[in-house]
Amino acid sequence: MSHTTQPVFDPNEVVVFSDSLIKQMNEVVNKFPADKEKSAIIQILHLAQAEYAWLSVPVMNKIAEFLKIQAIEVYEVATFYTMFHLQPVGKHVLEVCRTGPCMLVGSDQFIEHMEKKLNIKVGETTSDGMFTLKTVECLGGCGYGPLLQCRNTYHEHLTIEKVDALIEQYRNGEIQ
Amino acid sequence: MKNRRLLLEHVEVPGIEGIEVYVKNGGYAALQKAVKKMSPEEVVEEVKKSGLRGRGGAGFPTGMKWSFLAKPEGVPRYLVCNADESEPGTFKDRYLMEKLPHLLIEGMILSSFALGANQSYIYIRGEFMYVLNILEKAIAEAYAKGYLGKNILGSGYDLDLVVTPGGGAYICGEETALLESLEGKRGNPRIKPPFPAVKGLWGCPTVVNNVESIAAVVPIVRDGGDAYAAIGIGRSTGTKLISACGNLARPGVYEIDLGISVEEFIYGDDYCRGIANGKQLKACVPGGSSVPILPHFLVTKTATGEDRLMTYESLAEGGFASGSMLGSGGFIIFDEDQCIVRNTWNFARFYAHESCGQCSPCREGTGWMEKVLSRIEHGQGHMHDIDLLADINKKIEGNTICPLGDAAAWPVAAAIHHFREEFEWHIKHPSEAQTRNYGLIQQPVVA
Repeated sequence: MSHTTQPVFDPNEVVVFSDSLIKQMNEVVNKFPADKEKSAIIQILHLAQAEYAWLSVPVMNKIAEFLKIQAIEVYEVATFYTMFHLQPVGKHVLEVCRTGPCMLVGSDQFIEHMEKKLNIKVGETTSDGMFTLKTVECLGGCGYGPLLQCRNTYHEHLTIEKVDALIEQYRNGEIQ
Repeated sequence: MKNRRLLLEHVEVPGIEGIEVYVKNGGYAALQKAVKKMSPEEVVEEVKKSGLRGRGGAGFPTGMKWSFLAKPEGVPRYLVCNADESEPGTFKDRYLMEKLPHLLIEGMILSSFALGANQSYIYIRGEFMYVLNILEKAIAEAYAKGYLGKNILGSGYDLDLVVTPGGGAYICGEETALLESLEGKRGNPRIKPPFPAVKGLWGCPTVVNNVESIAAVVPIVRDGGDAYAAIGIGRSTGTKLISACGNLARPGVYEIDLGISVEEFIYGDDYCRGIANGKQLKACVPGGSSVPILPHFLVTKTATGEDRLMTYESLAEGGFASGSMLGSGGFIIFDEDQCIVRNTWNFARFYAHESCGQCSPCREGTGWMEKVLSRIEHGQGHMHDIDLLADINKKIEGNTICPLGDAAAWPVAAAIHHFREEFEWHIKHPSEAQTRNYGLIQQPVVA
C-alpha cells in the first residue's frame, strides 16, 4: 500500500493560492463536464505539488475548498497515489526505479552509489535541503535503465559517471 | 522495415509528432475514409474482421468488447484510453505516444466514432507528464484542423478529447480502478458485474482500451480488417509492439508480425541481437512481470520440442506447467548471472507495494510473500518456506476482486515450479548464495 507516513499538519499555516495556480486549476476543472469537477483532483494535486514542493494538510484543505468537496476526499486521494509527497522534501526529488527490469541492469548497485554520493539513505533529504532520494516502482523505462525521474524529466541509460555529473548540474542550477 | 510495419512505419520521420508531417505521411486518411464513407457499424465490423485482440495484456477481442457496449437512449457513452502503462517490462505505449501522438489521437477519433461516443478520455500515468504535454499539444493541433470538436470534417459527428493524468498507482491499469481514478477517487477496482460496457465512467456505458489497441484501429480502417488479419497466425493477427528489456544486446521497442519465432526475436539482427555481452540465456518473462517465467530450455522451444512463436497461443503452449503468456508484450530477458530468487523477491515487493489493500487475501498475502522471499534471499530462509509460498499463493489466487492478486501469485508459483532447485540451494547455502549466483538450471530428463 502506498503511503506509510502520516500527513503533516500545521494548523497555523495559511494557504493562499497564487493567481496563476488558480488559473491552471480552473483550466483542469473545465476539461470535465459540469458537476464532475472532482475528476480534476489528481491533476490539481500535481499542480499544487509543483507550486509547493509537497502537499501539507492546509494545502489539501484549500484544494477541497476550491473543488467544493470534503477535505477527506482530498486526503484519501493524496494518500493513495505514490507520486504525492506528504512530507517536506528537498529542492530536487530524485526517484530511482528499483523494479525487476532495472535491477537486471544494475539498479541495486546504482541506488547504493547514490546513497553514498549524497550521504543519505533512501527516503532522506540532504542536510542542505537540495536533494531527496527516493526509490520507486517501475517507471516504464525498462529498456533504458538504470533510470531516475526528477519532476517531469526522465534521466535514462544512467551510469555512475553520468549520475555524478547530473547531481552536480542540479546542485549548480544548470538544470532546474 | 521488418520491425516497423504498421504502427511504427513512420516513427523515424523527423517531425512526425507534428500534424503537418503526420498528414503528409498518410495520417488522418483513415479518419477521412471513416467519417465520409463509412457508418459506425461498418467501422466496428472491420475491427471484428481484423481479429485485433486487446494489446494491454488480456488479449480479449477488441471488436467483441465493443459490441458489448450498451446503448440506452439519452445516456452518454464514453471511450477511455488506458495509457496507465505500468506493468514492469512494458514501455511500448509510452514510445508510441511520445513519437506518434497523432496515431493515438486518430485511433481515438475512429474508435469514438465507431462507438458513438462524443466525449473521450486518455488516462495516462502521472509519471508520463511530459508525454501528456506532447499529447495535449497534438490534440490542440487536431482541433485546429477540424479533426476534433464540432462537426468533424463536415460529417455532423462531434467529439471532445481530454487527457488526464494518474498519480502513481499500478492498480489503475485495471480498467475499473482506472475509472474510479478518472472520477477523482482512490484506484480501488470495482466488483464486476456490472461491467464497464454497461456501467462505467459516471455510471454510463464505457469502453476502456489500451493505447496500442486504439492505435491499431487506424491501419485496420485504412487498409481494411481483412488486410490486418492477413498478418499473423491463427487467432494471433496483426502486429504487436514488444518492449524488450533486461540483459539484451539491443533492448527497445519493436513492432513484430505476430508469428515470428521467439528465437528470431531474441537473436535476429532485426530485433534484439542476442544476449548482452555474449552471455547465456537463463530465463525469460515474455509478457510483463505478471506472467510465468520460463527457464532457458522452454523459451525458444515448447516442452514438446516445437519452435516457440511470438503468438498468444504458442507462448501459452503447455499451460502453467511449461508455458507462459504474451501478455502486454513486456519481454524481459535474464542472463546466466541473474538470481531468480532475488528477482522473484523484487517482483513480490512490487505487488505488495502496489496492492490497493481492498481485498484481504491480496493485501496480506502479497506482503507475506514479500517477507518470506526476502528472508530466503537474505540467507535466513527455511526449507518449509518454499511450500509456505505455494500455500499463500493458493489462498490469494481467485479470491480477489481484481486480477492483481493472481498477477502477484503466478510469478512466484512459476519461479518455484521451474527453479525449485535454485531456491533450495539458496536456503541450504545461505552464505555462498550471498557471494555467487546459482547459474543455469539443468533441463529435466524426461523418461
